[in-house]
Amino acid sequence: MSNNKTGFSKEELARYSRHIIIPEFNIEGQRKLKEAKVLCIGSGGLGSPLLLYLAAAGVGTLGIVDFDVVDDSNLQRQVLFTVDDVGKSKAETAKKRLLALNPHITINVYDTKLTSENALEIFKDYDVIADGTDNFPTRYLVNDACVLLGKPNIYASIFRFEGQVSVFNYKDESGEFGPNYRDLFPEPPPAELVPNCAEGGVIGVLPGIMGSLQANEVIKVVTKVGEPLSGKLFLFDAATFQTRTLKVYKNKTNPLTGENPTQTGLIDYVQFCTVQLPGAKKASELREVKEISVQDLEQWNNLGHEYQLIDVRESYEYDIVNLDGELIPLGKVAEKENVAKIVTDKKVVIHCRTGKRSADAIRELENLFGFDNLYNLKGGVVAWAKEIDQSLPTY
Amino acid sequence: MAKIIIPTPLRKFTNSQSSFESQSETVRAVVQDLVDSNPSLGPQILDDKGNIRSFIRIFVGEEDINVLDGAQTAVTAGSVISIVPAIAGGSF
Repeated sequence: MSNNKTGFSKEELARYSRHIIIPEFNIEGQRKLKEAKVLCIGSGGLGSPLLLYLAAAGVGTLGIVDFDVVDDSNLQRQVLFTVDDVGKSKAETAKKRLLALNPHITINVYDTKLTSENALEIFKDYDVIADGTDNFPTRYLVNDACVLLGKPNIYASIFRFEGQVSVFNYKDESGEFGPNYRDLFPEPPPAELVPNCAEGGVIGVLPGIMGSLQANEVIKVVTKVGEPLSGKLFLFDAATFQTRTLKVYKNKTNPLTGENPTQTGLIDYVQFCTVQLPGAKKASELREVKEISVQDLEQWNNLGHEYQLIDVRESYEYDIVNLDGELIPLGKVAEKENVAKIVTDKKVVIHCRTGKRSADAIRELENLFGFDNLYNLKGGVVAWAKEIDQSLPTY
Repeated sequence: MAKIIIPTPLRKFTNSQSSFESQSETVRAVVQDLVDSNPSLGPQILDDKGNIRSFIRIFVGEEDINVLDGAQTAVTAGSVISIVPAIAGGSF
């Protein structure tokens, strides 16, 4: 006969012992975790440590929104996954891994892209939302859905060596909501400041650090133990070990929660985030670059078509893998001696790693020098290596 | 001297420099010194009228300058000015 009236099994009590013996946490904190429903947007760099720690800690119901599949390049930081998982659904793979870690919890998988159409429906059953996405449209979507539904948004974001954490839209004991993402960043940065593939990247351990801080904030919000990072933004620079905690205030002009709210529902976030610096080309103009697929380029090769191939990546990238093109890094493409290398009497195919920098190069060359014979290799050297010549490495 | 910390996404306009020091006495003047030293940074953080763009947040110490005196917020020797841009990465 058992005297255990805690609602936890013997196995669970043993498992959560180190929580239970913290005086201010104790079995009540553990019960709140067990009763909590936490939705994690993204199971990648931030989502990996976040989900692992929340599952290990005993959050009763975890939701995972991720439509991506595991790629080799994820394994440098996405510690949920192994080599055997490459090519498989991240959300489903994460579920299996997390249930192996803690069989006492429930995992709900949403193997779908989060959109303005499905966000409210997915969010409504959860108590806390944790945002570990990788793009501005989804950041604003997650924020707005949380505000509209009155749910806390545990936020973390990373770039190279730099990370940010905050707790947005947190309802305090007096029932008042704290600042949200739009109070801090009323509008997204222009396209020119959103890094392309040459400027991105992240040190692998950084999402481990920031995702763990995010998990800590989720646990604090759920259990009401400690002081959540509401009204504050924590910044961490892994390169210099510089940390800062800045104050975040409500913004009177916030379209959702300001003095004169103008937004009552979700919007088109891709359009909202397509902003550019004044004087920059319009988005519609940016899209008009002639393209060629890797299959068509292979066909040109097979048929003996003459063309010039230009690679606008950096030399260290060229050394990893190249298609034997002429190397002119994007930053130097408009220099006189380099422009002179580009032929005008036949077609010119320009490529980079995945196609963004080469599109930028083509626009620059067309705008400044009037070229009309430039074609962007769709998907870049990565597409070529995946679809045409699998012997080539990718990065 | 006040020190201004330059965030990673803007370092491509500052020759990878991560901080900058200035003798000036307001946030706006320090930012101008930074822009004068790195002209390509100008259009990124200032609009045509010389105002700080709204997607950039600037803090002195832990305080948002918007709750202080905005761009005219005074800084002294030892002040740390943070430029904080939105970053979106998480799973990439």
